[in-house]
Amino acid sequence: MTTKALESTFESNSISKTSNLIFNILFSIYCIACIAPLVLIFMVSITSEISLIENGYSFFPSEINFSTYKYLFYDPEKILTAYGVTIAVCVIGTILSVLLTMMYAYPISRKSFKYRNFFAFFMFFTMLFQGGLVPWYILYTKYLQMKDNPAMLVIPALITAFNVLIVRTFFSLNLPDSILESAKIDGASEFATFIKIVIPLSKPVIATIGLFSVLAYWNDWYLCLLFINSTKYYNIQFSMYQALRSIEYLTSSQAASMGNASAELMKIPGETLRMAMAILGVGPIVFAYPFFQKYFIKGLTIGAVKG
Amino acid sequence: MSNMNTVLEKKPIKFKSGFLKELSTNKALFLMILPPFILVFINYYLPMFGAIIAFKNFNYEDGFLKSPWSGLQNFEFLFKTKDAWEITRNTIGYNLAFIVLNLVIAVTVALILNELRSKFLAKFFQSVIFLPYFLSWVVVAYLVYSVLSPNGLYNMSIAPMLNLMPIDWYTAPEYWPFILPVVNIWKNIGYGIVLYLAGITGIDPEYYEAAVLDGANKIQQIKAITIPFLVPLMIVTTLMALGNIFRSDFGLFYQVPMQQGLLQPTTGVLDTYIYNALISSGDLGMSSAAGFYQSVVGFILVLLANWGVGKISEEHKIF
Repeated sequence: MTTKALESTFESNSISKTSNLIFNILFSIYCIACIAPLVLIFMVSITSEISLIENGYSFFPSEINFSTYKYLFYDPEKILTAYGVTIAVCVIGTILSVLLTMMYAYPISRKSFKYRNFFAFFMFFTMLFQGGLVPWYILYTKYLQMKDNPAMLVIPALITAFNVLIVRTFFSLNLPDSILESAKIDGASEFATFIKIVIPLSKPVIATIGLFSVLAYWNDWYLCLLFINSTKYYNIQFSMYQALRSIEYLTSSQAASMGNASAELMKIPGETLRMAMAILGVGPIVFAYPFFQKYFIKGLTIGAVKG
Repeated sequence: MSNMNTVLEKKPIKFKSGFLKELSTNKALFLMILPPFILVFINYYLPMFGAIIAFKNFNYEDGFLKSPWSGLQNFEFLFKTKDAWEITRNTIGYNLAFIVLNLVIAVTVALILNELRSKFLAKFFQSVIFLPYFLSWVVVAYLVYSVLSPNGLYNMSIAPMLNLMPIDWYTAPEYWPFILPVVNIWKNIGYGIVLYLAGITGIDPEYYEAAVLDGANKIQQIKAITIPFLVPLMIVTTLMALGNIFRSDFGLFYQVPMQQGLLQPTTGVLDTYIYNALISSGDLGMSSAAGFYQSVVGFILVLLANWGVGKISEEHKIF
């Protein structure tokens, strides 16, 4: 067979143009379904309150205005505090988490470390068995006296078996013993080797687990729900949850029929405000998404396929 | 005497060749692992010992150790309620639905994405489908609310357009066994697709070239090459998910139904039950018994799942 003939054979190995078109259309529709709810809450946030009450949530508000955002930034303290907490937790948590994860994963990847299997199993076992929410909660609140301590937004999520296993896999594939041995022969101490050789060689995996960590901290509301009482430590997700809950709280007693719903809603100020808040909470993720998603996918496939 | 000395001397040497020797040769590695080790011990292991409170009549003054034992009383109370059956049924039922739907949809979508003629479009679709995975459950609750609330998209726009009756979704438990799987798929399916696409990309193209030369068409290639290559990954993912069938995603069941009491019969799962019993009603006996039930059954299921993986393919065993 000539090369040309081969090429045409492989060309014919693609799906037909018709089915390609159909699949493209189906995927486009589904992609719209992925994006549309976000667009919807954005449109609601720029709808005027009156038009919202008359027409309900709609992609095409009859009257657009940005007064909600103006209002939000007229008294921005709550939002800025929540952003501050989230950003601080993300930065501190991610740095500590990456460092601690590497400090656990490095020894258990060293063949010269006799107890590496014990420590590896010690970490791994936490994936199989957990004590459960109740003793965990009592431990932190009663014994360690950590209720309403902002450190609780960071500590419980610092180290996970999943991340340790990813880093260990990376180390054992990418840090040949010969490099570490030669550093030792040159007189470098274990710590010097770790800082001067291991960390620079681990940039890809640091990026991966760092990204996992940033996302986990950015999206966290659970730790705030369990441990935090003071408004000043509310993070952005938890503030959003509170905002959704209070409108929910206001409307949940409404046993009234649907016809009365809009009349009921008239008394509740700021449904658009809440949606604007959701936009502020979700905005950074959506804008950063195109940049981080490919690193995330890369990290995911290291951990999942080889881990 | 000299004999005696050597005997005495030997002992510490022998001891030293064990743990202490290792400690001194790998001092730095031990120092390095110590801080994260302590953290793991506190965050994961102390609660394991604390799980004994399921067998105790716990009070805050006496703590884990001094609270009086109560035998199986907590479990008796738990299993006497109709809640125990309801939350177990919901937890397992939803998880089974999620496992089947995730597997079928993720594999199908990955297979089709892989065949699209434009690689650029395929990448683009994959990225967009993956986006909801990165939203928090709070945001997802907002999105669901904006569609389902009395004033939301369904009741104000979709229902009037299609001449349907408005529905008060948040007071109608019968719809939630359909809503929750849809929401879960919407948020999480991108993860599975990425996983299976990675599996497909890992297949050596020579297999397909050979198949084409033998005159196999697309469907035959998928049946004879792609799917058999994905089977181990499918089995491992599914068995591991089966092992976790007693645990559910707290965010999905807590945030999305917005803690509506009326929805409890169809949205309550073990995790939300434990949380509510602990925080809202402060019933430590009940919640710790439910937690223990979840941990132990979950652990047994994980062991069984791993054993099952080993039966099918030894190399995919997790431990």
